[in-house]
Amino acid sequence: MSILVDKNTRVICQGFTGKQGTFHSEQALAYGTKLVGGVTPGRGGQQHLGLPVFNTVHDAIAQTDAEASVIYVPAPFAADAILEAADAGIKLIVCITEHIPVLDMVRVKAVLAEYDCRLIGPNCPGIITPGASKIGIMPAHIHSPGRVGIISRSGTLTYEAVFQTSNEGLGQSTCIGIGGDPVHGMSFVDCLELFAEDEKTEGIIVIGEIGGSDEEIAADYIRAHVHKPVLAYIAGVTAPPGKRMGHAGAIISGGSGTAEAKYAAFEQAGVVIVRSPGLLGEQMKKLLGN
Amino acid sequence: MNLHEYQAKSLFARYGIPVPNGQVVESVSAAIRAVESLGGTRWVVKAQVHAGGRGKVGGVQLVNNVQETARAAEDLLSRRLVTKQTDASGLPIHKLLIESAQNISQELYLSVVTDRKKERITFMSSAAGGMDIEEVAETTPEQIFTITVHPACGLQDYHGRLLGFALGMNKAQVQELTAIMQGLYRLCIENDTSLVELNPLIIMDDGGLLALDAKINVDDNALSRQKELASWRDPTQEDPEEYKASQHDLNYIRLNGNIGCMVNGAGLAMATMDLVQLHGGAPANFLDVGGGATAERVTEAFKLILSSSEIRAILVNIFGGIVRCDLIAEGIIAAMKEVDISIPVIVRLEGTNVDQGKKMLAESGFDLIIANDLTDAAQKAVASARNN
Repeated sequence: MSILVDKNTRVICQGFTGKQGTFHSEQALAYGTKLVGGVTPGRGGQQHLGLPVFNTVHDAIAQTDAEASVIYVPAPFAADAILEAADAGIKLIVCITEHIPVLDMVRVKAVLAEYDCRLIGPNCPGIITPGASKIGIMPAHIHSPGRVGIISRSGTLTYEAVFQTSNEGLGQSTCIGIGGDPVHGMSFVDCLELFAEDEKTEGIIVIGEIGGSDEEIAADYIRAHVHKPVLAYIAGVTAPPGKRMGHAGAIISGGSGTAEAKYAAFEQAGVVIVRSPGLLGEQMKKLLGN
Repeated sequence: MNLHEYQAKSLFARYGIPVPNGQVVESVSAAIRAVESLGGTRWVVKAQVHAGGRGKVGGVQLVNNVQETARAAEDLLSRRLVTKQTDASGLPIHKLLIESAQNISQELYLSVVTDRKKERITFMSSAAGGMDIEEVAETTPEQIFTITVHPACGLQDYHGRLLGFALGMNKAQVQELTAIMQGLYRLCIENDTSLVELNPLIIMDDGGLLALDAKINVDDNALSRQKELASWRDPTQEDPEEYKASQHDLNYIRLNGNIGCMVNGAGLAMATMDLVQLHGGAPANFLDVGGGATAERVTEAFKLILSSSEIRAILVNIFGGIVRCDLIAEGIIAAMKEVDISIPVIVRLEGTNVDQGKKMLAESGFDLIIANDLTDAAQKAVASARNN
């Protein structure tokens, strides 16, 4: 088992024939992801990487029964692409695109509330169920099928957690990068809810960072609803206030969103924390025993 | 991106938000001409810098005649302004905003931000204007009124009534406030602002409303479609190295330590700084070289890090995801050839082809310290910085 995606998940790619879309679709196909086609407006009817290209997501769903879509289109057109996917009936939208203006996401989120679909990202590495389906830009080879669910606001820190849990022989059930933008799709809580229910997931790693209050809300949720070991790490203890640390959402503003406040919230909720990202695998192994 | 007060007020004027009569000047003689053309008997000379807290450090001066205007302009244009929001060296003052002084009956606070928790544009207001709003929020949160706008219908007049009557305004003032809020909402949507702040918004002696101060931050991600605002950027108000980094598409933020950090990915870059501190060292910077980590980017990154004379060691921490470690090693070696580095460089590489990458670094002839994992890297960097 896993959450959200498995080997049967039928995936299309928006921005399929672009440089990013092509490269990562090749990688996904090599991994065994059930990629069934892609969308590039104006190139409908053509073939790309041996798969059909469609003009619209609506056409793609009609022909392929796709349930999930991964979006690589450039930032100025990404909000449009997300809304198109939702309107066409895609159930899981994974938006990799970085630098989407925040007010675009405010409008997108208000509209998505009308649809029965989930959004992962934007500005994220995507989602992977190791050994089954890779939807995103994460390096495949560091993953291994296993027991730990990983949720993270940061791409490279997700890879650290994956790498370490693989090295410890724990492996991962599913890994989700929820993205570094202030207004985004699935939250920590949305993912925790699914991991808590998933039989295959024995422990959960939550990787947060400065800015916003997603971690504090997650801590409250874990205390009340999650009865599996949860391990948390927060990046940005040394980040100066008022400075945006790479991610649009990683900023301490008006004294709120500090790493210390988030650590404190997790500790109060009984979540085990690590102060070093180098100890994620080791500590999770201790928590899960053998 | 931050705007200057005079730029923010020019946007206000476009959206029908009342601002004082004023002129922007860059010299003492222009300042004198400005007060003469504005007329009246009292004016305010305001230093244009990207920092709050100007009033408390002489950055805003009330003047009553031409001589005082000249003195204030001369004073401000010849110095840097240090406020509680700047570092110790402060910011240069190249422009002054000269405005007619106002008769203030009451000072209010009004701002428009994107609330990330509610995922909506939110107006915040308080009758405690002119104060630090964070302090008000901390001590008397009941004095802050907020309203949240649904993007489908936008700002409604009842939003204005809610805030206005809560602030104790009369009917005419509530109507004026509502018009200001409608202007602010359109300004926010059409200009992709992440913050618009009127602190204070004043009620004048005659009962009318006026934006006495104006602060605007623009969403950096929207600058590609906000070309006019992007052209208003003032690099003199930014850290020179941070500005240079942005020209090379590098995310760089200067800190006070002595261990330079070069990392791929924003999260790992923050985590690397934290690790350095956790192991007893002090990080000198945040630096995300991005996924590519090509020779060119690594070279620029080394130059940026070395621009600080305090640096005693450099920690390179790269998790090669899709990009192979041997290519990253090539980039590091090429950069080392280009930039003369006389301090220890610690490299932690992980990912595809890591062994080949490490071997290339070891055989490069450069004195690189290879680390085995995150903890090892931080410990070696801290020890190297101490001994150097």
